[in-house]
Amino acid sequence: MEFLGYERENGSVGIRNYIAIIPSVVCSSHAAQKIAEKIPNSVCITHPYGCGHFGADWRRIVNILSGLGRNPNVAAALVIGLGCENVTAKVLAKEIEKTGKPTQYLDIQKTGGTQKTIEKGIELASEMRANADKLEKRSFGLDKLILGLECGGSDATSGIITNPAVGVASDAVVAAGGTSILPEFIEWVGTERELAKRCVNPDDGETLIDLIETFTTEAKKLGFDPRMIAPGNIRGGLTTIEEKSLGTVAKGGKAPIQGILSYGEAPPSPGLWLMVEPGLDVESMIGMAAAGAQICTFTTGQGTPTGCAIMPVIKLAGNPETIATMGDDIDLDASIILSGEETIESFGQKILQQIIEVANGKPTVAEKYGHQEFAIWRMPIMFNLGGMAGKLTRFFE
Amino acid sequence: MIRKTIFLHPDDNVATVLEKIEAGTEVQIEKSPTEIQTVTAITKIPFLHKIAIIDIPEGTAVIKYGQIIGRATQNIKEGEHVHTKNLKSWFYT
Repeated sequence: MEFLGYERENGSVGIRNYIAIIPSVVCSSHAAQKIAEKIPNSVCITHPYGCGHFGADWRRIVNILSGLGRNPNVAAALVIGLGCENVTAKVLAKEIEKTGKPTQYLDIQKTGGTQKTIEKGIELASEMRANADKLEKRSFGLDKLILGLECGGSDATSGIITNPAVGVASDAVVAAGGTSILPEFIEWVGTERELAKRCVNPDDGETLIDLIETFTTEAKKLGFDPRMIAPGNIRGGLTTIEEKSLGTVAKGGKAPIQGILSYGEAPPSPGLWLMVEPGLDVESMIGMAAAGAQICTFTTGQGTPTGCAIMPVIKLAGNPETIATMGDDIDLDASIILSGEETIESFGQKILQQIIEVANGKPTVAEKYGHQEFAIWRMPIMFNLGGMAGKLTRFFE
Repeated sequence: MIRKTIFLHPDDNVATVLEKIEAGTEVQIEKSPTEIQTVTAITKIPFLHKIAIIDIPEGTAVIKYGQIIGRATQNIKEGEHVHTKNLKSWFYT
């Protein structure tokens, strides 16, 4: 099984050929947007960050913004800074340039103001565009593909049909030498012992159990018990936290787990990887895109509009009511498993086929409507870091 | 008419019904393309809830996705609705 893509300087393969315009700070957003408006097939990563970060928070912002620039779907990147921020355009450009892809940066304060920066930026990005347009697509094996596995707006159908079907597709990608990323650690609670048994490295299994137990203890101090399941889940037919979480992790299929990535960390080798991030859809997808995922499946029950600027997102819903009311937002109707028209296995093969078609260039619904939602998980301001010490520190800085 | 279910793993002792089932209704468990089991519901089972496909003794594991989702808190009969009244989390209650 093969897909068509653009080979990048470092050997990775993009399924889109974007020029990324990345403001290093919120203050340069306007200039970045104006440049992107003039460049065909460009994406502008507009965000509210870049100023006043320190320590772990600074590293996270730098890792994620530069990670998006490093994503193989980006042919070349232009970073626009103001000049006095601490997430500098220069630092981001240097991180992106490590991939070998064409990268430039401009600071508004040094370029002579906003209008001159826009003019100069359009000039640089136009040249990047012209060069990127010379690249031709070639055929590659699935060993070059990194698939993100998201779910959100879930309901009873997600865990029973849609996630297991995505799991079939994920297992097929992994069996073909490719990579999948299973995020949302909050939704592993209750299934950590089963996930730990699937870890190739027993140390990772121990770390996983430690992570979930520590998180549960810390969350309880804040008045939230992650092992409780909501009354709506119980009405929907879910009885225990184990059952609910198994439904969530079913989208990771049955493949062995190669290890645990921190938020935005690139998988060092193929296979199925876990990623520590909290389960907020947009933050989660951005983490996987920053880690180099070229494509993502997004399982939903109640429906979701969101997509991602850099990474095409294939949305699937298993609830016939959602298909009837929000069908315009959904790429694949998994409710035909409920009616018996398809099985989990046969629908999983359809998902795999859709992954290949989207990789080959077919636009997703979210791409068609121009969805570019963006958010970064800023752990240090969400949780008490004191409780996340020792071996777990790497996930929380 | 026999009603369809979702059966996720060969080790499972429960299946998920795909419509509201009344007591006395027959449901079909497709264990493999060649092995179909028929179970008669002995209680009402709401849409997308679980039905026991074999007797599950009190204190033993209820299995779905091929994995333990909890412990039977009473003897569960084949065809019975499996939910909060007869199933609890194994580790967390």
